[in-house]
Amino acid sequence: MGLSLIVGCSLAYISLLFVIAWWVDKHADQGKSLVSSPYVYALSLAVYCTAWTFFGSVGRATTGGLSFLGVYLGPSLLAPLWYMLLRKMILISKNQRITSIADFISARYGKNATIAVLVTLIAVLGIVPYISIQLKAVAFGINTLTHFGESPPPPPVHFWLDAGFWITIAMALFTAVFGTRKLDPNERHEGLVAAIAFESIVKLLAFLAVGIFVTFVIYGGFGDLFSKAIANPDTARLLSFEGTGTTPFTWNILCLLSLFAIILLPRQFHISVVENTSPRHVPKAMWVFPLYLLLINVFVLPIALAGKMTFGAAIDPDTFVISLPLSQGAGWLALAAFIGGFSAATSMVVVEATALSIMFSNHIVVPMLIKTRRFGGETSLVDGASRLLDIRRVSILLMLFLAYLYQKTVGNTYDLVSVGLISFTAVAQLAPAFIGGMYWKRATNQGAVAGLIVGFVLWAYCLPLPSMAKAGLLPGSFVENGLFGLSFLKPYALFGLSDLDPITHAAFWSLLFNTWLYAIVSINTKPSTLNLTQADLFVNIHKYIGGQEADVLKREAKVDELRRLLNRFLGEARTIGIFNEYQAMSGTSLSGQQVAQADLVNFAETHLAGAIGAASARLVMDSVAKEENITMDEVMRILEQTREAVEHGRLMEAKNTELKTLTLQLTAANEQLKNLDRLKADFITTVTHELRTPVTSIKSLSKIILDYSDELDAVRKQEYLQILVTESDRISRLINQVLDIEKIETNEAPLQIEHLDLSELVWHTATGISQLAAERGAQLHLSGTESPLPVMADRDRLVQVIVNLLSNAIKFCDTENGRVEVQVGRRGRMVVLTVRDNGAGIPPAMQRMIFDKFTQLHSPAKGKPQGTGLGLYITKTIVEKHGGSIRVESEPGKGAAFEVLLPLESAV
Amino acid sequence: MRTAKILIVDDEPNIVLAIEFLMQREGYKTEKAFDGLQALEMAAGFMPDIIILDVMMPGLNGFDVSRHIRRAPELEHCKIIFLTAKGTQRDKQTGYDSGAETYLIKPFDNDELVTVVQEMLAYG
Repeated sequence: MGLSLIVGCSLAYISLLFVIAWWVDKHADQGKSLVSSPYVYALSLAVYCTAWTFFGSVGRATTGGLSFLGVYLGPSLLAPLWYMLLRKMILISKNQRITSIADFISARYGKNATIAVLVTLIAVLGIVPYISIQLKAVAFGINTLTHFGESPPPPPVHFWLDAGFWITIAMALFTAVFGTRKLDPNERHEGLVAAIAFESIVKLLAFLAVGIFVTFVIYGGFGDLFSKAIANPDTARLLSFEGTGTTPFTWNILCLLSLFAIILLPRQFHISVVENTSPRHVPKAMWVFPLYLLLINVFVLPIALAGKMTFGAAIDPDTFVISLPLSQGAGWLALAAFIGGFSAATSMVVVEATALSIMFSNHIVVPMLIKTRRFGGETSLVDGASRLLDIRRVSILLMLFLAYLYQKTVGNTYDLVSVGLISFTAVAQLAPAFIGGMYWKRATNQGAVAGLIVGFVLWAYCLPLPSMAKAGLLPGSFVENGLFGLSFLKPYALFGLSDLDPITHAAFWSLLFNTWLYAIVSINTKPSTLNLTQADLFVNIHKYIGGQEADVLKREAKVDELRRLLNRFLGEARTIGIFNEYQAMSGTSLSGQQVAQADLVNFAETHLAGAIGAASARLVMDSVAKEENITMDEVMRILEQTREAVEHGRLMEAKNTELKTLTLQLTAANEQLKNLDRLKADFITTVTHELRTPVTSIKSLSKIILDYSDELDAVRKQEYLQILVTESDRISRLINQVLDIEKIETNEAPLQIEHLDLSELVWHTATGISQLAAERGAQLHLSGTESPLPVMADRDRLVQVIVNLLSNAIKFCDTENGRVEVQVGRRGRMVVLTVRDNGAGIPPAMQRMIFDKFTQLHSPAKGKPQGTGLGLYITKTIVEKHGGSIRVESEPGKGAAFEVLLPLESAV
Repeated sequence: MRTAKILIVDDEPNIVLAIEFLMQREGYKTEKAFDGLQALEMAAGFMPDIIILDVMMPGLNGFDVSRHIRRAPELEHCKIIFLTAKGTQRDKQTGYDSGAETYLIKPFDNDELVTVVQEMLAYG
């Protein structure tokens, strides 16, 4: 097949891509997005499938059987988690105007420039081999098409005779034009995305076409092909796990590496996050993308088996996709297969180089130029936007040149997949800092730097350096004997771990040390304030959506300077747009000499970050913005705010519950107080009423005696005067008892506790009161007073209790045959005093109230009793103050028995 | 003119004693009751012209007694004078609402009570 035909077809294909991109971009400029669809998004994600997939999987399958699937299982396994992970990445990136994976990681660790550089270096150096295999694959494809069936052509003497060189140049130009058509602050390239999605369709169809051709045309379907493969001892081996030499550990590492790659590869991050138009597209991509991976892998094994059976070891298995159709004379299909592989390669190169150039220019070139004052300084006021684009274009050329160099020197000796996996292992080094940064607030920039460096060094030592030694670029002794002749430093058997293949071995050690150092250093270092703020922003992004970034620094700058700065990087039109947007948003108008406050500075910085990355934007902004001296107080406040926000919710809830409890308690207390108030008021009302009654009799009767003395006979007069005396007694008794209650209740008069004998006390009191009993016609019977009953009590109070109970009993006992029984004795550790009468008894309803204030018994027979209604209340209070209790037992008609229990002295 | 009949209701015998003296001195016929139920019984039999009524009594209180009497058609002409230690405005209102003509507060003035009774008998 002629070279001109192949080149012609390739050029036509690229032109088609240009047309698609141009057409979509034109629509995007008019505000109509043609790529804002979940299917386009899912298809563009398939940029994951490169020439490696297209050519290399088959090659890998001829030696490793199914192990080629590992790198597709990882992403498929991860896909269900995208809903959490990828969406969070997108939300954070939109919020922070993240433009690359380096930007993302450095922004997380306080916009740390060191980390940005480190990540960029790892990405660039790690990805170069990956790009190189795309170039190699295309060159292989062309060679296969032009020289099929002939002996491979000798390596060209001069590089300008090498097809690969010109392919590199073509790819570089193509990428430069595609990826840097304009400087978009969000790094969104709709045309590019559309072209990538289109390429995903092309490579899938091409591969399926070859697969169907091989399976159903060359062979009679899957059954035929596989039965022949099993019959052939050379290929039968590939159909079992054991025969391929792929251990379970290697499988796991492959899955892990590819799982990281799908989110961390610069091009994957670029397509899935930076170019994402809406987080709502993620759910659909979660099943469309794995489906795509499944489809593109269905025919890998059939093609590999068929190739092996057809060619044996005569032809490089990486070219089977083209060679097989050629061997059957199907030149058109071979050409289509080449275009498919070409499409896979170009899509990878374009996106990868674009993403890398963004990182390279934003995090390495621009900061360097800023530091050396070659860029953005006062002296160079040329249009910075176009200079930035030039830097990008040069970066792309540089990247591809490195890839070409790698392929020429090192890559030639390895198959496509092995080289690709070296890149995967490099990119996986970003995983701890990246994933940890999104979910672990405690992670610090020191931890990230330590992890990244050790991971990168181990990777370099175990993978690219030995391969460079093998290519003769380095002395090979360290590979065989270990560095400095130390055998535990052998790059393929580090620390004596020798049973693994180089990729698994390197991935294991580098990730282990990377993660370990990341965690240990993070735990042992203090994060900076900015780091803390950013950490919270990343980990708790959902809190911040829609809100502005909480900036720790209060900075101000002249509006003029700010405008000039933005002009330099973003161009006149865009700058005016930004300022207008700010004025509209804040409702202020900005004049040149005015001092821009922190929020405008931040606003400008966010937009600038879109063009040159967060770390660079901060650096640039620092050149014009003066930091105000922020006081310790303010720093503390900002720190507090971050923590408070988290604490706040929890605290609020706790406070709420607390408040509710408190309210209940207050209501109860208030109710109690009200009750007390009511009781007090009731008490006063009752006391005044009780006082008024005798006063009424006294007043009326004394007035009668005074006014109508002559009308009254001596007996009447005597009777009235006797009433005056009784009623006066009643008043003084009432006053005394009220004062008693006051004293007891307020503890005004503490009990005068002494050693007493209850028996003796009862005997004395009863004797004293027997006169009264006799007057009332009641008999008093004492029992149990023979033996002493020691108690600790206030003598006067205890006498009061005995008198109250006895006089009550005398008052209420039977009028005809009054009998009062007084009994003392022990019951366990208590002494008991029982006073029993043989009166009418107390109705059950009254028994509970009898000890309350102003409760009085009315007997129909005796009319109103001459009491105050306070006696039993006072009695009960006194008994309880002594640690005792009082109760009443009564049956109507059979008298009542009051029983007082007091602690025995020994028990006190 | 027939002799006016006064029913004195109070649970304090000494107060009843004093009022009884004052009323009898004016030449009225008196009856006594010491609680609410007793008062209702007496009122039905005695058919008094005036009831001098205490409020705080065991069992039925004075307000309830007044309401019962007001519901009895045969005691339509009967006047009720509250004589009580309960002296708040609200108590007074309750007293008048229950159907009383006059509300006096203890301790009372002998002459005042007599005058009130005289006028009530004379003018209705």
